[in-house]
Amino acid sequence: MALLEVKDLSIYYQMHRGDAKAVDGVSFSIKENETLGLIGESGCGKTTIALSLLRFIRPPGKITGGSIIYNGTNILDLSEDGMRRLRGNEIAIVRQEAQNALNPVLTVGEQIAEQIIEHDKVDKNTAWQRAKDQLELVGIGADRVRSYPHEFSGGMRQRVMIAIATANYPKLLILDEPITGLDVIVQRQLLKLIADLRDRFELTIIFIAHDLSVIAENCDRVVVMYAGKVAENSNTSDLYHKPLHPYSSALISSYPSILGERQELKSIPGAPPSLVNPPPGCLFADRCEHVMDICRQKIPPEYDIDGRSVACHLYEHSKEPQV
Amino acid sequence: MRNFLIRKVIASIVTLYAIVTANFVIFRMAPGDPIRMMFRDPRVSAEQLAEQTEKFGLSGSLWDQYLAYMGNLLQGDLGLSFWQKRPVIDVIAERIPQTLMLVLTALALAVLIGTFFGALAGWKSGKKTDSIILSTSLTLYSIPSFAMGIVLLMVFAYILTIFPLGGIRTPASGFTGIRSVLDVLWHMILPAFSIILWYVGEYILLTRSSMLDVLGQDYILTARAKGLRERLIRKRHALRNALLPVITITGVNLGFAVAGIIEAETVFSWPGVGRLIYDAVLKRDYPLLQGVFLVFAAAIILANFVIDLIYSFVDPRIRVGE
Repeated sequence: MALLEVKDLSIYYQMHRGDAKAVDGVSFSIKENETLGLIGESGCGKTTIALSLLRFIRPPGKITGGSIIYNGTNILDLSEDGMRRLRGNEIAIVRQEAQNALNPVLTVGEQIAEQIIEHDKVDKNTAWQRAKDQLELVGIGADRVRSYPHEFSGGMRQRVMIAIATANYPKLLILDEPITGLDVIVQRQLLKLIADLRDRFELTIIFIAHDLSVIAENCDRVVVMYAGKVAENSNTSDLYHKPLHPYSSALISSYPSILGERQELKSIPGAPPSLVNPPPGCLFADRCEHVMDICRQKIPPEYDIDGRSVACHLYEHSKEPQV
Repeated sequence: MRNFLIRKVIASIVTLYAIVTANFVIFRMAPGDPIRMMFRDPRVSAEQLAEQTEKFGLSGSLWDQYLAYMGNLLQGDLGLSFWQKRPVIDVIAERIPQTLMLVLTALALAVLIGTFFGALAGWKSGKKTDSIILSTSLTLYSIPSFAMGIVLLMVFAYILTIFPLGGIRTPASGFTGIRSVLDVLWHMILPAFSIILWYVGEYILLTRSSMLDVLGQDYILTARAKGLRERLIRKRHALRNALLPVITITGVNLGFAVAGIIEAETVFSWPGVGRLIYDAVLKRDYPLLQGVFLVFAAAIILANFVIDLIYSFVDPRIRVGE
């Protein structure tokens, strides 16, 4: 059974010029203990989806349609208090930019312990001990429990964020570009830590990134997003070896590979269309190598091909991958 | 912590020294001969004038006067008041308690009321509560405290006659014990309010904007993502950070409070240091003015020292600077 099922989710940002369709009819699901990658360029709606899973969309943003079924319940129907009980306890998030994600005037111990006290109703000493264990677990050391955020480096702060996110042993962990902006060695260490914690706590993870290699190494399935819509939803290895959507394949050939022959990197010409007044038809049409007449007229439906799904007119008459 | 303290103390002493020197120079630069002004009678002999000049520490070169002034200062001697013919230090000392009572009460209440409503407005930003608080505080903030004082005086003391017109005690009442304390408080309400209302406006605006700033910070989203209750987020995460600029501005306000005190004390005939400044200016009592300025400067430096200390306890990032 799917732990999380997002169905036909639409999130619009209401602006003077009209609604910006940041997320438009997105569907995907995650099985328990699965790691799902969410990939796409900036502004494609990845972070908006991450925030919506905790119901953090605030005006001018608005969830205009669809449902988010977590463990059998549509969280969009939950009361504010019911939602609060899920946050941190069942669904946790680690976001980009840990620099300001920690409160500067509280010790990291307090910031871990307060969540444990809130959800597990334990006394202060127990919570404090568990906060120490968490710090030990993420490789910081229990002796730093009374340190303030400014006394840590960027990578260490992100470790603290991970310690907080896993402190209540959540089922679903959302990682929204957790390693962006850190140097590669620290990135590597954090990925290792995340993988360890996933095995230890049997976490289900949504991993948001724009870095293909990170997704390739860590995810079971990948959802490729473009301009607020799902372009392709596939298992990781098939996506890399045989991308279906022209955007997926463009994305992969724009990324250098360490192995194999050195190939010329291709950039994708053009930029994503306006989300306020999108052109009719496929939003990728203007940048697509395989563009056809129908692409500019009709929005492509999702086609199922070998347990993968792709939103592209190329697959209208064929069950076989054509790119 | 000890280094931090020592550094602050040294900085305070240097500042005070600079102020004392400037204070000395400014009054020596003022035009006219104060001794001649005091003794305009032509029958006063040159000898007597010289004697008076000596008595008020105005003889000799500027440098000699400066040394004498500093020497006296170190012994707690601020000179003689031209007007009251008494040591300046005595004149000021008997006014200080009344001013402290008025200012500290007013500022403390203003901070409490202002931060409470400011935080509330910031938290409820865009809602009706916010717009009511915001427009009220803008109005209060735009009315100068002397104008507010006169209006309060007219409405509550003259028309409604609920509060006294001025002073600190009911004359010849013979009140003792608790009655006399209550009598003083009763006299203090209007002058205190003329100061409070103005500062409340400022503190509301400041706390509100600081709160809005903090609520947009990443760590508030983190706190929400932890599933904490709103009340806890507001108190522990938002308000604590939002109060940092409030503490800073309170230090500055203690300085600006001087102007407010002069206005309020003069309008309400409150026998404090502010009223004393007003009188000293009218009487051209330079030594007294010089003394009062010095006392105010010392008070502001002391206040800022205390604020720095408080700040270092509230914000852990400051402590690292040591």
